[in-house]
Amino acid sequence: MQTGYMLRLLETDERIDGRKMNEFREVKVETNVAETAEGSARVKIGKTDVIVGIKMGMGVPFSDMPNMGVLKTGAEFTPIADPDFESGPPGENATELARIVDRGIRESDSIDLEKLCLKEREKVWEIFVDIHIINNDGNLIDASALAAIAAMKTAKIPKIEDDKIIRDKLEKKLPILHVPVTVTIGKVAGKFIFDPNKEEEEVLDAKLSVAVMEDGKVCAMQKQGTHGLTEEDLDEMIDLAVKKSKELRKFL
Amino acid sequence: MGMKTEEKLIVNGKRLDGRKPNEFRDIEMKVGVIPNANGSAQVRFGKTVAIAGVYGPRALFPKHRQKADTAIIQCRYNMAPFSVDDRAYPGPSRRSVEISKVTRLALEPALFLEDYPETVVDVYIEILQADGSTRVTGINAASLALADAGVPMRDLVVAVSGGKIDDTIILDMCGKEDNYSEADVPLAFMPRKKIITLLQMDGQLTPKELKSIIKEQLKTGEKIYEKQKEALNKKYKE
Amino acid sequence: MMEEVRDIVIPGEVLGDAKEKRAGYGTFIEDGKIVSKFLGIQKDSNGFMSVIPLSGVYIPRREDKVIGFVTDVEKAGWLVDINSPWQAFLPLSEGVDEFIDFKRTDISKFYDVGDVIYAQVGDTKRGDVQLTMRTPIARKLKGGVTIKITPSKVPRLIGKEGSMINTVKEKTGTIIRVGQNGVVWVSGEKIEKAIKAIKMIDEKAHIIGLTDEITKLLSD
Repeated sequence: MQTGYMLRLLETDERIDGRKMNEFREVKVETNVAETAEGSARVKIGKTDVIVGIKMGMGVPFSDMPNMGVLKTGAEFTPIADPDFESGPPGENATELARIVDRGIRESDSIDLEKLCLKEREKVWEIFVDIHIINNDGNLIDASALAAIAAMKTAKIPKIEDDKIIRDKLEKKLPILHVPVTVTIGKVAGKFIFDPNKEEEEVLDAKLSVAVMEDGKVCAMQKQGTHGLTEEDLDEMIDLAVKKSKELRKFL
Repeated sequence: MGMKTEEKLIVNGKRLDGRKPNEFRDIEMKVGVIPNANGSAQVRFGKTVAIAGVYGPRALFPKHRQKADTAIIQCRYNMAPFSVDDRAYPGPSRRSVEISKVTRLALEPALFLEDYPETVVDVYIEILQADGSTRVTGINAASLALADAGVPMRDLVVAVSGGKIDDTIILDMCGKEDNYSEADVPLAFMPRKKIITLLQMDGQLTPKELKSIIKEQLKTGEKIYEKQKEALNKKYKE
Repeated sequence: MMEEVRDIVIPGEVLGDAKEKRAGYGTFIEDGKIVSKFLGIQKDSNGFMSVIPLSGVYIPRREDKVIGFVTDVEKAGWLVDINSPWQAFLPLSEGVDEFIDFKRTDISKFYDVGDVIYAQVGDTKRGDVQLTMRTPIARKLKGGVTIKITPSKVPRLIGKEGSMINTVKEKTGTIIRVGQNGVVWVSGEKIEKAIKAIKMIDEKAHIIGLTDEITKLLSD
């Protein structure tokens, strides 16, 4: 029933919530929302509400990157956020989301991981980026990616004394080199819509999320959805995403 | 809990953060924070923050779990990985499983579950920031979320933690106090008739001390009830 | 600016004495006192003290008119989602006038998955909700759009003798069917404006002066 109505509106470039095709819902970014975390942010895009917390611990480096800190990104689709989310270990959607956000951060060399080495080959800082969904009204990717970056930009590294982490003494800021911003565009009825909400996500043919660096380079992409995209679609969507990323960047 | 320290934790009748022994931390309550849920609330006591969401009464599957003459209530208490000092591995721990159970039993007597046979009321509590007394903060939030969801209730449920340090009875312990307290007594009750629905205790107390803590919790807990009432009214008075 | 609100009561709040008034909907009696079960609006009328909840799911009652969505075609009837914790069933005999040999007929030709129907609630036995289309107003609703509001606010949406809903219909040139179960079906010209008005009524049902605000919204 709703699908028919939504598609009819799209014929005249209208969306059910009155937005323009390339318009994002209202974006709100709040940092330092979890004082127990070394860095945190809560991002609301419309009614979508996501909190990301950054925690730092000491660990062993990867053997092929012996002098670099380790980034670990996780996501929890807590059942509090959506009647269809079930409790239990992360399903395919939560796992995919975490990996998409992770790639945006990792491939852009966002964090200067070399500065997080404590003892080459033996001890490095581990950065845990934990995504916690509070309310799902669609476009969890952009909200989570934005919250992750906002949290990272305000995160601080705890002091180490006698090989122990002293968490109430936060010293330097987490070294950030690049700031990726992710923009998701959906394709439906031959048209492109930005920031699809939950109802719109259910009728999309396909979705493309693009992570863009501050210099306009693309560092990560993910296509989702059951239908295909043409090369022309991709060319256009990539350009649209890069352009829109500048607007989202202003919230950081 | 029960850690020893040279530091005096109560000086001139004042606690570490300047509070009186039976004084609560700064309290903030907001109802209706999760649009997808039937009811929700976010509650803060000092630096402890809990958010609760209620879904239901709704259909329960598999069918064999349905009860012919009543709804059932399910409860999940969960801590966000970043809510504690040392990052918590996501997923349930033995501690959160137990807290989920006692929370369910703290809320159940307050609900008219018999009005909704064969269904389920799902209560989810997420701890976003932990600084002591997380389970009672979660229960205070869940109580608001249930009222917000329109689940019929006999009364709201009020929860408060109690303990003893330096021979003084204290309420609403923060994380540090919890570590040094000689006992931890989380308590939840329905205020109108002071019916206690959650009571746990660990530590070492004489029966007299224990009874005084409970008495103090039931008396001063009224203040939390007033805050809950205020929060529910505020949602409709903007 | 604070809008004037009718008296809000919370669950567990004592409303009055059971000796002076009778306990109406949304209340219970304890120790001779009438107590509220819900977060809602207190209503005193005809010697009854009741509470209208401000939120809550739909509990089906006999003769309620509801709007449902067909979710499954079974052998001798259809499963219908009526926006309630309990699923409803429309038996073949209540959905179709003629005699149908269901063993030989594919009954999805009458109602199929996804169809929206305006029906009436029949028997409700503990979670078993029966629907019937054997009443003049019952019909399939084609086209249009559906939105959900809080079921307890349906009377406010309809208004005294239909005054509120008729205003919305006239000013937006739409056909609107309101289900007691909180599902509203809108079809016609200015659907968006009608939906805006319906959502506002859902949000502000407890505010005094809502009628004026709606009139203003619809006149713009």
